[in-house]
Amino acid sequence: MASPQVKGASIAELAEGVRARKWKARELVESYLDRIARLDGRLGCYLLVDGDGARRRADQVDATVAAGRDPGLLAGVPIGLKDIFVTRGLQTTAGSKILRGFVPPYESTVSARLAAAGAIALGKLNMDEFAMGSSNENSAFKPVRNPWDLERVPGGSSGGSAASVAASLCAGSLGTDTGGSIRQPASLCGVAGMKPTYGRVSRYGVIAFASSLDHPGPFGRTVEEVATLLEVIAGHDPCDATSIPSPVGRYRQACAAGLAGMRVGVPEEYFQAGMDPEVEAAVRGAIDEIARAGAKLVPVSLPHTQYAVATYYLVCTAEASSNLARYDGVRYGHRTAEASSLEELYSKTRGEGFGAEPKRRIILGTYVLRSGYYEAYYGKALRVRRKIADDFRAVFDKCDVLATPTSPTAAFKLGERQADPLQMYLADIYTVAPALAGVPALSQCCGFTKNHLPIGLQLIGPPLGEEAVFRIAGEYQRRTYWHKRLPEDPS
Amino acid sequence: MSRIQPDEVRTIAALARLRLSDAEIERMTHELDAILEYIDTVKNLDTGATEPMTHAVRFDCPLRQDEPKPSLSVEEALQNAPRRRDSFFEVPRIVPSTGEGG
Amino acid sequence: MSVDRYEAVIGLEVHVHLASRSKIFSSSSTAFGKEPNSCTDPVCLGLPGALPVLNRAVVDAAVRLGLAVGSHIRPRCRFARKHYFYPDLPKGFQISQYEEPLCEGGAVEFRVAGEARRVRLTRIHLEDDAGKNIHDDSGVSFVDFNRAGVPLVEIVSEPDIRSAEEAAEYMRALRTLVRTLGISDGNMEEGSLRCDANVSLRLHGTEKLGTKAEMKNINSFKHVREAVEHEIRRQAAVLDRGEAVVQETRLWDPERGLSQSMRSKEHAHDYRYFPEPDLPPLAVDQDWIERAQRSLPELPENRYRRYTDALGLSAQDAGVLCSEREIADYFDVASKACAAPAKKLANWIINEVLARIDDPRRLAAVDLPVPPVALAELVDLVEKGTLSGKLGKDIFGRMWQEKRRAGEIVASESVAVVSDVGLIEEICKKIVAAYPDEVVRYRGGQSKLLGFFVGKVMKEMGGKANPKTANEILLRLLG
Repeated sequence: MASPQVKGASIAELAEGVRARKWKARELVESYLDRIARLDGRLGCYLLVDGDGARRRADQVDATVAAGRDPGLLAGVPIGLKDIFVTRGLQTTAGSKILRGFVPPYESTVSARLAAAGAIALGKLNMDEFAMGSSNENSAFKPVRNPWDLERVPGGSSGGSAASVAASLCAGSLGTDTGGSIRQPASLCGVAGMKPTYGRVSRYGVIAFASSLDHPGPFGRTVEEVATLLEVIAGHDPCDATSIPSPVGRYRQACAAGLAGMRVGVPEEYFQAGMDPEVEAAVRGAIDEIARAGAKLVPVSLPHTQYAVATYYLVCTAEASSNLARYDGVRYGHRTAEASSLEELYSKTRGEGFGAEPKRRIILGTYVLRSGYYEAYYGKALRVRRKIADDFRAVFDKCDVLATPTSPTAAFKLGERQADPLQMYLADIYTVAPALAGVPALSQCCGFTKNHLPIGLQLIGPPLGEEAVFRIAGEYQRRTYWHKRLPEDPS
Repeated sequence: MSRIQPDEVRTIAALARLRLSDAEIERMTHELDAILEYIDTVKNLDTGATEPMTHAVRFDCPLRQDEPKPSLSVEEALQNAPRRRDSFFEVPRIVPSTGEGG
Repeated sequence: MSVDRYEAVIGLEVHVHLASRSKIFSSSSTAFGKEPNSCTDPVCLGLPGALPVLNRAVVDAAVRLGLAVGSHIRPRCRFARKHYFYPDLPKGFQISQYEEPLCEGGAVEFRVAGEARRVRLTRIHLEDDAGKNIHDDSGVSFVDFNRAGVPLVEIVSEPDIRSAEEAAEYMRALRTLVRTLGISDGNMEEGSLRCDANVSLRLHGTEKLGTKAEMKNINSFKHVREAVEHEIRRQAAVLDRGEAVVQETRLWDPERGLSQSMRSKEHAHDYRYFPEPDLPPLAVDQDWIERAQRSLPELPENRYRRYTDALGLSAQDAGVLCSEREIADYFDVASKACAAPAKKLANWIINEVLARIDDPRRLAAVDLPVPPVALAELVDLVEKGTLSGKLGKDIFGRMWQEKRRAGEIVASESVAVVSDVGLIEEICKKIVAAYPDEVVRYRGGQSKLLGFFVGKVMKEMGGKANPKTANEILLRLLG
């Protein structure tokens, strides 16, 4: 048997090798576990590595192959799960001290679907606490470092999910995107990641941050890998009342379908002051390449974009203050050592258990939902949200997919933006509007800065327009080599 | 003039059952003031008769059949309890004068 | 005290458990009385990542209730989160309905001492119940989440109630209604029916509403009456002293028979309602409403009117029969099988059947010793004269004891009344011959002595003579 070279390996070739008995799932798992053991001390991608469980499940896949049965599309493919997906019997913390020690008695729908397709979960990936953040510095446990430059952040909140794929500490991963938490770290780490249509991927077993905005989705090095993982995790789930019942698209096929006749919209509001010139140049270059590939470029406008960040922070903090009310020290998680009354039990438990960012959002969310303030803030935000969604509805009459930058800058340095939460929020400018509208959006690498930091291109489709997005993304990737560049292993 | 004062943050923190130190209150008041100023930009937009968008999906609430499924075991239900006694979760003594909601 | 100067203005918020098999938003069982925390799931425990999925049967039950009281059923309604912190509330919020409830308007019709009353409803909405806190003397409390997620409807009345008595009767009527609809077991002892009462006073003849206080934690008819009565007297005393009633929530303590204010800074709350993002708006279409409408049984107030108007029952009898769904059902089934007048049947049920059971709900039991058709058979035997009233009662007793039918007992033991004219005449002649003095006195005008002869004949025949026949024969012989 050939020994698998896992650094930079693709999901398709890994699974094919397992099915063809070129290598065993167990060998793949050992190779990745070995890389994690050697490298993750520097990167901080994993909050928990489940070596024994991964080996056990790999052996099961190998037994399935040996018995001549179908091991599934993701046969033996080692993957990582953002620590926001609950995993039965495996600690799940959402990056928060308040959930330290929490061992769920049930499994999220999407992690169960991955397992059923033969994927092997290696462990739980680091994240900003409760998915609140854009740098992964809000993890209560440790920061994640960007594999392209260890002094820089990987983005967030799915920082561990993006960095682990970039550094080949797993072949693919799952994250969640509430306002950009898949796309922005994908951009900063030079990998591909997609926030599908809201409701396309089940939220059951995904620890809630902002329920009407939480989108689970996949990361891969390539867009095909993202498409493959999405085919496995997407689809109706009766356990999620917002899960879309329509059939799952053929995303892998779409990646190879070409973009003949497609119209790509370029929204003017996404190319304004505040963007790093290197980012702008790379994204403009990518859009030109897409045009050269045969797409028709259409200048378009999304006039309510300027309200998106404010709207997003109103909606997400209100919902977060509600979703985080359950962490009270009664049924699970952290509980203050001394509480002489209920009042103390709650306020001390929560005061000790939550980090600065969840506290800030709980306070802001509570502020805007108070009686007498609701209409001025939350109610208003919901109306603006409709207008933002209507912008997208209107623009998709004129084009099939939008092309924009993912993040106004490449990866920034750890600590650089921590002092000013508002500045951190404003950097979500390109990712929050598609989240508010619930439309699918993908980020893929479209170049590097002169400091060798990846730059991301964002492609946005209409509701359930994932296939259109993959057609552009697949064709662009076929014509470029950015996705082939790998960061050096940290020493 | 500031949009929010430390006392208001204190009141909200009490409502959210979140104990904050004085330093946290100070810092948060400062940060929230800036954030609220920014957020207030949405108030400039006339939303007229626009319907609030409460959900990103456009279908009605799905309904499930009334079929009971097996419960979590008592052990599973209680396995994460910071404090338990027998088959119960344990909490500090409730002075039976709250009973909010209902 | 001058309670009489004031008119009480009372509105009730009644919470009723709906009788579904699984919970409103998840699939664990709603069974009562199980081991603590043995009927849970990730949703009702509020585990991170769990999501609610609405139970169709629960919506259907609430729609039927809404239709039964003439509510408008909203074609689209919404769920909302209502936030507060309490150990029995696993998510830190209750999933309820706020701005767009399922049912709006409608009214409950009932009787207070036979007099028709009508209380208008503001709304009926769906929500999930909390778990249960258990207190003991050990300085800590305990929580059981078996009840968390059990479906509730909250029925909010307009302030149309004017007395404690009426409040209790209103609640009783709601209980009978939900039990007639089969949407709740209405078990008071299991907390299936609970209420909060909003009480205010105003001077008789004035329109303006006074400041109200909300009384919480009321879970029986007796407590409603006591709590409201107590609150009326408390507010009257406050007003008499020239003070103002404070708008507040007060907790009723049934043990001590008094209420205490729940005002305190520590419990300051603001429910912070907002639309439940995990549940899209609920649509109830016209088809559903029509199906639900067709499925409605005869409602208690219609039943009452049928009993009094069509069947000619007294208000009192109709009231007893309608007080529990099972009694009225029993009566209706028996009535269909019975040729005797409704009044007679009602008497048998009230005096004999109900005297033998402590809980009328037992009347629905399949192993009931005397099912309604069996009672109908017995009552007909008595009405036809086959059995005397006294004998009928004896036989009823034996039916209840031995779970046998009247016909069977009569046939196997020849306990039936003897209607053989020849035999009765023979005995009558014997008796007349045996008491010549009494015959003389009877013929001399003491016609009351007829009873004496009838008694002797009955005694001779072991009580089985058809009394009507014996009467006729004796009249002829003595005449």
